[in-house]
Amino acid sequence: MAFQQADATKLPHSILEQLHVNDALPPGLSPLQSIDQVDLGLSAAGYIANRQISTAIYMAHHLQKPILVEGPAGVGKTELAKSVAAWMKLPLIRMQCYEGLDESKALYEWKYGKQLLYTQILKDKISSVIGESDNLATSLDKLHAFGDIFFSKQFLEPRPLLRALEEPGGAVLLIDEIDKSDQEFEAFLLEILSDFQVTIPEIGTVGAIVPPIVLLTSNSTRDLGDALKRRCLHLHIGFPDEKLEAKIIASRVPGIDASLLKQLVSFVQQLRALDLKKVPSVSETIDWAKVLVLLHTSVLSVDLVRDTLNVLLKFEADIEAAGKQIAGLTHKARADGGVAG
Amino acid sequence: MSGTSAAPASEPLRRFLQVARGAGLRVSAAEGIDAARAVQMIGYADRDILKDSLGLILAKTPEEKAAYEEAFELYFKRDDLGAQDEAESDEQKRPWQQQQGQQGGEGMGGSGGQSLGQLLEQDDRAALATAMEQAARESGIENIRFFTQKNLYARRILDRMGLRQVERDMEALRQSGTPEGLGRAQFLEGRVDQLRDSVRDFVERNLILFAKGETEKFREELLKSARLSNLERRDLDRMRVLVRQMAKKLAARYAKTRRRRLRGQLDIRRTMRRNMGWGGIPFITVWKQKRIEKPRVMVLCDVSGSVAPMSQFLLMFLYALNEALSDIRSFAFAGSLIEVSEILEKEPVEQAITKIMETIGFGSSNFGNSFADFEDGWMQHVTPKTTIIILGDARGNRTDPRTEIVSRMSQRSKRIIWLNPEYKSAWGTGDSDMYRYAPFCNLVTVCNTLRHLERAITDILEDAV
Repeated sequence: MAFQQADATKLPHSILEQLHVNDALPPGLSPLQSIDQVDLGLSAAGYIANRQISTAIYMAHHLQKPILVEGPAGVGKTELAKSVAAWMKLPLIRMQCYEGLDESKALYEWKYGKQLLYTQILKDKISSVIGESDNLATSLDKLHAFGDIFFSKQFLEPRPLLRALEEPGGAVLLIDEIDKSDQEFEAFLLEILSDFQVTIPEIGTVGAIVPPIVLLTSNSTRDLGDALKRRCLHLHIGFPDEKLEAKIIASRVPGIDASLLKQLVSFVQQLRALDLKKVPSVSETIDWAKVLVLLHTSVLSVDLVRDTLNVLLKFEADIEAAGKQIAGLTHKARADGGVAG
Repeated sequence: MSGTSAAPASEPLRRFLQVARGAGLRVSAAEGIDAARAVQMIGYADRDILKDSLGLILAKTPEEKAAYEEAFELYFKRDDLGAQDEAESDEQKRPWQQQQGQQGGEGMGGSGGQSLGQLLEQDDRAALATAMEQAARESGIENIRFFTQKNLYARRILDRMGLRQVERDMEALRQSGTPEGLGRAQFLEGRVDQLRDSVRDFVERNLILFAKGETEKFREELLKSARLSNLERRDLDRMRVLVRQMAKKLAARYAKTRRRRLRGQLDIRRTMRRNMGWGGIPFITVWKQKRIEKPRVMVLCDVSGSVAPMSQFLLMFLYALNEALSDIRSFAFAGSLIEVSEILEKEPVEQAITKIMETIGFGSSNFGNSFADFEDGWMQHVTPKTTIIILGDARGNRTDPRTEIVSRMSQRSKRIIWLNPEYKSAWGTGDSDMYRYAPFCNLVTVCNTLRHLERAITDILEDAV
């Protein structure tokens, strides 16, 4: 079957090229030999992981279990899946969850249009199939001999879950924001998560050719069921510490000045300690770093921070609350960055 | 290490799983198997990786992660005993070292492995720790439950390690009267004291590990049926956790949208879809379904001085329910009544409760006045689908109870449920107007423990369909 490209549009160009190649390694020669290898691989794909994350990927592969990734928004949950896919040169199949998502959108759907069209086309042929049989019973028998041609794989439109199972070289399946889906859907996922197979009534059970690496992400807007949690490894990604964040920024914003990097990371870390409605996430730190680089900043100043604070904070109330403390935070950040106040 | 077979590897793990369960993690059998597979893969050698890996499998919420880390540190710290003060032990001088060659092994009955005396003399901490582990296992340390058993287990472990023999040897050395003998005896005595301390430490850690879960469960059971007003300060935190758990459980059970078939109305789109297989001839009919609304609840909570110890918990419960049910409006009253839905929605639980108590709490209650406030402000929102819950002792300090308002509330609403923290025998005594209100309520019930509360709310939610 043709490889669907719908989700690949979200990936950077370089990864796209790799997707075409899709020369997955045989299971025996997995690049997942050790946790360090995972670490290296992920950082080669541009994802700076802490050891916990690498361990999770390693375990997921060897235990063949999905990973449930929880954590605040913007810490790189989705990014992790993309990076794993890029590194292992596997296609990334992404399924965004939302309320009302159901089987026909997640698993498969019949191509009704095609079915109808084919019936119309084949209408004329029906007499030749039935032939000269003169009673109903024999015509029916002849028809039965053709089996369920209209309910075969030709007429099946695979949706993300089925596609992930049918990828010949394995895949990375990202089930994004599972907490946004209904509870029924969560229950429906259990079969695929524990056995990597799905049941289509008309066709039978479809098992995975190569078990995909499955990542589920959740922002904990609702508590997930125990049954789901039991089947998954549970990885909690929190905000990175200063060192790790600096590393992430350095890899994502190449060419950033070392002193500025220290200052801005220190500032963001302090900002997270404040009592805010929504604390800045890593992706927002990256955005801010890009802005500062564009503005040719080398030293944080109070005015500059005030002008660009809306990159970090997305609520008016937060900007106001943080605004009062900018001077102190900037001063401290400059001190941490080794710039004389 | 990963090459070792499953059987020996699973023993420490099995015990750790037991510990983890005791610490409040819900580890299913399947997760236990996964943990065993993970351990087989990575071995015990690298503690950090082991910790991360087992954490992925066993702990599935932030609270569980914290509990898991604590349990892991406690449990696996024991093995590190040998390594931790090796450096220090090298520095200690052995006064008899020169003579060791001549005197070595004298009086020690050890034949096969090394005796405890030898281990002590050589100060082989790793071997001592192993011996201690073994002795502990043999004496069934995992059955320890109470702190009063500490000495008993310590003694058993020391006996199994062969302390008696060492004591006899020491006595013999002292009897000998020679300076070397006395020196050695003294040295050994110091070592034995150290050993005693570490065994006691060890037993204590095991007590925390193995007994914590049991006692915790026991305490929780007690708390659930204790009168809310009798609770002590130190129980508050635990109680908070319990309240949240309970509310969450209830909410999860009832927040599910239930559907009911509405026969008579055909869902044409779904019917067509379902019958595609038969060329659109409707063999199976699909009927339109109606989502059942979630229960509409209005809760009036008394926060006056007389019920203050209780109202904390009631508010907490209210808070939790507020999170769970979309259509709930909450009110607090003492002398007068205010709506607190917004506070409960926006503030975190602690602040919300303090804020409510500060705004309106602790005064003397005036039920009549509060009901009048309710009628003025919110009566128009009461519909025949609304369930009104009143939490209060019905003691209005001899003010006008205004029962006629409650009567009107009862007419407009689906029903009124009154939860009273006082025992039935106290109703109607003194300034209690409970029996005056009772005729207008569909249900009046005693509610002064967490269990009562849970049962009452369950009933409400069940009937709300």
